[in-house]
Amino acid sequence: MHGAALPSWVALAYLLAGGCFILALRGLSSPESSRRGNRIGMAGMAIAVATTLLYYHPRPSGENPFKLLNMGTAAEILGAIAIGAAIGIVTARRIAMTAMPQLVAAFHSLVGMAAVLVAAAAYLNPDAFGIAVAGQIHQVSRIEMSLGAAIGAITFSGSVIAFLKLNGNMSGKPILLPARHVINLGTLAVILGLIAYFVTDQSAWVFFTLTALAFLIGFLLIIPIGGADMPVVVSMLNSYSGWAAAAMGFTLQNTAMIITGALVGSSGAILSYIMCRAMNRSFVSVIAGGFGGDAVAGGAAGAIDRPFKRGSAEDAAFLMSQAEQVIIVPGYGMAVAQAQHALREMADLLKKEGVSVKYAIHPVAGRMPGHMNVLLAEANVPYDEVFELEDINSEFARTDVAFVIGANDVTNPAAKTDKSSPIYGMPVLDVEKAKTVLFIKRSMGGAGYAGVDNELFYRDNTMMLLADAKKMVEEIVKALG
Amino acid sequence: MDFISILSIFVLACFVGYYVVWSVTPALHTPLMAVTNAISSVIVVGALIAAAAMGAVTAKWLGLLAVVLASVNIFGGFAVTARMLAMYKKKERR
Repeated sequence: MHGAALPSWVALAYLLAGGCFILALRGLSSPESSRRGNRIGMAGMAIAVATTLLYYHPRPSGENPFKLLNMGTAAEILGAIAIGAAIGIVTARRIAMTAMPQLVAAFHSLVGMAAVLVAAAAYLNPDAFGIAVAGQIHQVSRIEMSLGAAIGAITFSGSVIAFLKLNGNMSGKPILLPARHVINLGTLAVILGLIAYFVTDQSAWVFFTLTALAFLIGFLLIIPIGGADMPVVVSMLNSYSGWAAAAMGFTLQNTAMIITGALVGSSGAILSYIMCRAMNRSFVSVIAGGFGGDAVAGGAAGAIDRPFKRGSAEDAAFLMSQAEQVIIVPGYGMAVAQAQHALREMADLLKKEGVSVKYAIHPVAGRMPGHMNVLLAEANVPYDEVFELEDINSEFARTDVAFVIGANDVTNPAAKTDKSSPIYGMPVLDVEKAKTVLFIKRSMGGAGYAGVDNELFYRDNTMMLLADAKKMVEEIVKALG
Repeated sequence: MDFISILSIFVLACFVGYYVVWSVTPALHTPLMAVTNAISSVIVVGALIAAAAMGAVTAKWLGLLAVVLASVNIFGGFAVTARMLAMYKKKERR
């Protein structure tokens, strides 16, 4: 038994906030219910914050002197919230949708740092949190707060590295230290040892050393992971930020924090699993790092000149306007070329001609889970024309034209047939089953991030459209119009 | 509340999280990450307690700084989620 019991109304309010957060995630099961879900989430947060502010408000004969809140303090707190709100809202309004992975990584780092700061504050002033008797912090609380600080610190430094890699401030190439597995496991063991020791000795050096080591390990864990694996890393850090919040929830005995931490923790874990499955990589091998830099130069084996069919924008426009159904397969290259608006214009013209247009999205088409869907939605592509891999893969065989733009590895048939291929076993879109494949690519040199040549280029039913994605689509639009 | 009750809430919430998150449509995975980001900032509760407490000046300032960071996340996270969700539109039926 530890901690001061909260009055019922406070405990119920936190429970209500936790319930609101569950409904916020539940709303995301469909776009229609999602907006209301988001508002319920905001309401939950407002309840949690208001309850905290009210409960720690000054009362006439302060039964607990630590819970006196004077006007000066209230002003400071409101000021702090206002500063944060201003930064947050301005960033949210200005950020480009292509930069969403960086933004999410940056936000994760803030949650991590906030967890560290709260843990440190709880360590320095345990009485205010009701977790100590005569300066002695309860032993369970010591474990909880040190775990919170450690996970928070890992989340912070890991997210900072992920941000720098995604934002291009740092090369996406894996940085491999010699004996890194030994260093990492050793550091981790020392952190766990210090947490255990902290239970018996609450000296400051124990708490701050373990926190500092956790900052270090977060950094060490992420630098060997290549840019291509960042979708997994961002999801994983999402999960960590949840576990950090949950650990602090245990310290504060706060149901809202515990429920939220569990939700966010499981959410990140599931997304990491989905991303790993989509790349046919095991979670352990991603964490071990070393795979995939920014762009691997085409290997010597793929450099042999093989014949391929080349087409023009007019050819593409003709083929598509005659088609019954066209499936567009967008990849991150489309977003880099900013071709999504031109692409939607093309789709609109085709639809006017009576062609059925659908979009096929591979789970790793973007830089984070669901990224491509957001980019298409931003270009006003209706979401009911956008399909996930497993829902549309059987349709390629009944499709006249598959239009591949900015994607490569996710369409490579070698993943299904060539056991020696590095991407063997990865689920891919069966574009080659379409009557004709139109493949936009800047030039024949270079390969996808996996550095694998795509045999799709040389198939009889493939027509290569060699140009910048945006320019090519604009020319097709002109030819259609 | 004793430790076991808190642990029970935590474990049950993990199960709820598991089922709720699997029911999220893959098209909304990016908004899911943005909104989980926003709600994990409920850690602001701890920051507010630290910032409002008397007795330790350092702890108070750490708390205030944490309030700023968590607020960036809360407002930024919900706002960017709302911005994304507003873009998801259905086909216009003629």
